[in-house]
Amino acid sequence: MKKKLNLTKATPWLSAIGLFVLWELIVRIFNIPPYVLPTPSESIIVGWQFHEAIWMHAYHTLYTTLAGFAIAVVFGVVLGALVGSSRAIYDAANPLLVGFNSVPKVALVPVLVMWFGIGTVPAIITAFLISFFPIVVNVATGLATLEPELRDVLRSLGATRRDILIKVGFPRAMPYFFASLKVAITLAFVGSVISETVASNVGVGYLMLSASSKFNMPLVFAGLLVIAVMGIAMYEIFNVIERRSTRWANRGNQTN
Amino acid sequence: MSKSFVELNDVKLRYSEGDELALETTNMKIDKGEFIAVVGPSGCGKSSLLKLVSGLMPPSEGNVIVDGKEVSGPLKIVGMAFQNPTLLPWRTTLDNVLLPMEIVKPHRHRLRKHRAEYEERARKLLATVGLEGHENKYPWELSGGMQQRASLCRSLIHEPDLLMLDEPFGALDAFTREELWDILQNLWMIKPFTVILVTHDLREAAYLADTIYVMSKRPGKILVERENTLPRPRDQETTFTQPFTDLVHELRGHIRDVRES
Repeated sequence: MKKKLNLTKATPWLSAIGLFVLWELIVRIFNIPPYVLPTPSESIIVGWQFHEAIWMHAYHTLYTTLAGFAIAVVFGVVLGALVGSSRAIYDAANPLLVGFNSVPKVALVPVLVMWFGIGTVPAIITAFLISFFPIVVNVATGLATLEPELRDVLRSLGATRRDILIKVGFPRAMPYFFASLKVAITLAFVGSVISETVASNVGVGYLMLSASSKFNMPLVFAGLLVIAVMGIAMYEIFNVIERRSTRWANRGNQTN
Repeated sequence: MSKSFVELNDVKLRYSEGDELALETTNMKIDKGEFIAVVGPSGCGKSSLLKLVSGLMPPSEGNVIVDGKEVSGPLKIVGMAFQNPTLLPWRTTLDNVLLPMEIVKPHRHRLRKHRAEYEERARKLLATVGLEGHENKYPWELSGGMQQRASLCRSLIHEPDLLMLDEPFGALDAFTREELWDILQNLWMIKPFTVILVTHDLREAAYLADTIYVMSKRPGKILVERENTLPRPRDQETTFTQPFTDLVHELRGHIRDVRES
């Protein structure tokens, strides 16, 4: 039993190490030149050589991502609550939201640069714009899928709209909300890095762009790895928060 | 009882303008503390009847009067239970039962200060339905029958004058169902409240109700109003007596006529 548990815990590490080993072998066996695909070991070594610069840029990327993500959470919850609690607002907002979400956000970066200049502000806004949609959709879904019988029970007790929202709507929407945070935080990284790549002189996106213009592919890949690690770390943090706060929704199948 | 507690006067119902009738001219008079059952084929508008009386749906024509006043919006003190127990999975059984207390006036303003008193009341009620010791369990840790008992407690905790039951025992196995009949009858006999029970189980109607209404298929209309004078408390033995089986037989006959018409 104990052995099995350890194995389950080790699985994600094993798969990650396996991927790196495979990558390393393929590059070496087929003799792929480093300016096409560097080995992971080389990327990590170069990453370590530049670790001070990477640290500075990564910190900046993390900061812009979290700032954009925080705005997305506030905005997403408010809009999701509005959309989910009123049929009229849902009908009015839905096509606009879907349309907006279909616009590639990279196409908006030049517009943002025109408005706010290059650097941190457009990166934060891009991270926000790309990550709020799943939060809105999930919060609205959680609120709108209230069982009609439960609504009847509450209304016939004299519950107001607000009562129903507070007592049932929001608690019910919590698992949906947390699930959307995991998606949104990874999207926020995409947004901030895109913006940094196009219009910034700081951040991992900028670092990768300038490294590739100098044909320093190992450093580009080191940047990619850093983004991936930050994404996994943030995802895992929200995963833990989700499991702690909505244990009732993750009760497994053993009972019932 | 000279004056009825619930009255339906020439009520008709359409779901939307221009639709065909869901409920044909319906008249009903229910006394205070009376236990009535409505039976009929599925889709005959039985559930709509509950929504009309509780004010969740306005009638298209006619009026509904409860406790001397015309119903114009959701009544504020009705207890309801459905086939689906609809308990909140993030609340313990005790907290689920206390939910109405957080909404119904004047309890909602008293609850915080007198929490212990209300919890005691909920525990007592849970004990009468056999849920002692399960107060702190979550709904998913309870069996279907236990969830339904908790749901029944939730519908009764605020001592409503009017209880609406929409096939509350429909999803339970036969033994649990009959056990819950006894529990419900027992609660009702201790302190009578007016009950409207919608069911398609004829034995259930015969076991529990004072008056049984048989409805036609769509558009729903009350065809038969049958008094049920079997002595109370009714128990397992009652169901094997001749008058009980005769009653069920008679009801079955009405339903057959309805389905063939």
